[in-house]
Amino acid sequence: MENFAYHTPASVADAAKLLEAHEDAKLMSGGMTLLPTLKQRLAAPSDLIDLAKVPDIKGVCRDGDELVIGAMTTHAEVHEHALVRELIPGLASLAGQIGDPAVRHRGTIGGSCANADPAADYPAGTVGLGATFVTNKRKIAADDFFTGLFETALEPSEIIVGVRFPIPVWSHYQKLRHPASGYAVVGVFVAQTKAGVRVAVTGAGPSAFRISAMEEALAKDFSAKTIENIKVDAGDLNNDIHASADYRAHVVTVLAKRAVAARG
Amino acid sequence: MLINVNMAINGKAVSGQVEARTLLVEFIRDHLRLTGTHVGCDTTQCGCCTVHVDGKAVKSCTMLAVQAVGKEILTIEGLAKADGTLHPVQEAFREHHGLQCGFCTPGMVMVGVDICRRHPKADEQTVRHELEGNICRCTGYQGIVEAIVDASAKMAGGQA
Repeated sequence: MENFAYHTPASVADAAKLLEAHEDAKLMSGGMTLLPTLKQRLAAPSDLIDLAKVPDIKGVCRDGDELVIGAMTTHAEVHEHALVRELIPGLASLAGQIGDPAVRHRGTIGGSCANADPAADYPAGTVGLGATFVTNKRKIAADDFFTGLFETALEPSEIIVGVRFPIPVWSHYQKLRHPASGYAVVGVFVAQTKAGVRVAVTGAGPSAFRISAMEEALAKDFSAKTIENIKVDAGDLNNDIHASADYRAHVVTVLAKRAVAARG
Repeated sequence: MLINVNMAINGKAVSGQVEARTLLVEFIRDHLRLTGTHVGCDTTQCGCCTVHVDGKAVKSCTMLAVQAVGKEILTIEGLAKADGTLHPVQEAFREHHGLQCGFCTPGMVMVGVDICRRHPKADEQTVRHELEGNICRCTGYQGIVEAIVDASAKMAGGQA
């Protein structure tokens, strides 16, 4: 990889200043996507701003009806955390399905969401639970956060500091895992929340999306049979060497049914 | 521009000068000449470069040396006791023939120790699942899985 200047700011404000001062700078959290990207020279930032030394943006706590997860919290920490397992086991399960154990020891929720890989798992979990991204500038609803292929609503010098998850009544994640990469060929997150049923899909389209037809049907009758004939339009889905768009459309319904059936 | 780095490797304080882009595995192998840690795929997939950073298994090909400043690193060289007594996971790999060519073995052993830390008395299914980030092209994994299951049981028994 090309060389770069390395920074370890001690606060989110300092990190934002560095981002503004260096046009070609990149933020780094766990580096699980960024470092491979640099190795392949798909990116060659002038500066890397490592958030590892920023305090207060790591860890899990409960705040009323919400679970708050700091941006630098690793997948392993989310997977193993007693509060996540107790309050949102569907999210703890999702975090434990990302990559492999060594990757989960480094990769973070903030980094994964900011990267917005179309096949990443967290987009389904954040959209499916109706989470809110808290940045150094504002709050962004997960529904508005993922805007396209590797695209988010984040502004150039905006930094995720945490994610707030409303504690659901019940939630579950189903994933068709690519056997080599571990990424989601398709992942479906279903949640029964105080604001209604949510069904969010990752891996299938350019970015995570919800299926309102399934949400409405499940609100009336929460059973797998209710949604067995609801299909997403394959025309909008990803078509690549791993899976055709038609196959992904089929799998979306299959996984949604399995997720609902897991309610028991 | 070179950056001064210092960390503890296998219990000893080490320091050196690296470029910002120097990988942790390059620092371990090329600067410190600890060549037990291998580089297989260099793309975070095969796990041959697995070391422990502050007690947790990570892939040292996907971490910068500068990210390891101030941390405690454990490599395969630091696993056995000074008198040569093997770690229970190493001993189990020998007992169960958990290797053939040996290239993946340092990573397999290091991730095995991490599995035993997180899963006392791990069963076969757990071990197979936990090994998804480590690739072996010789053994078909059977001996590796048996070794880690056995070591996990023995280590848990020893603690009780």
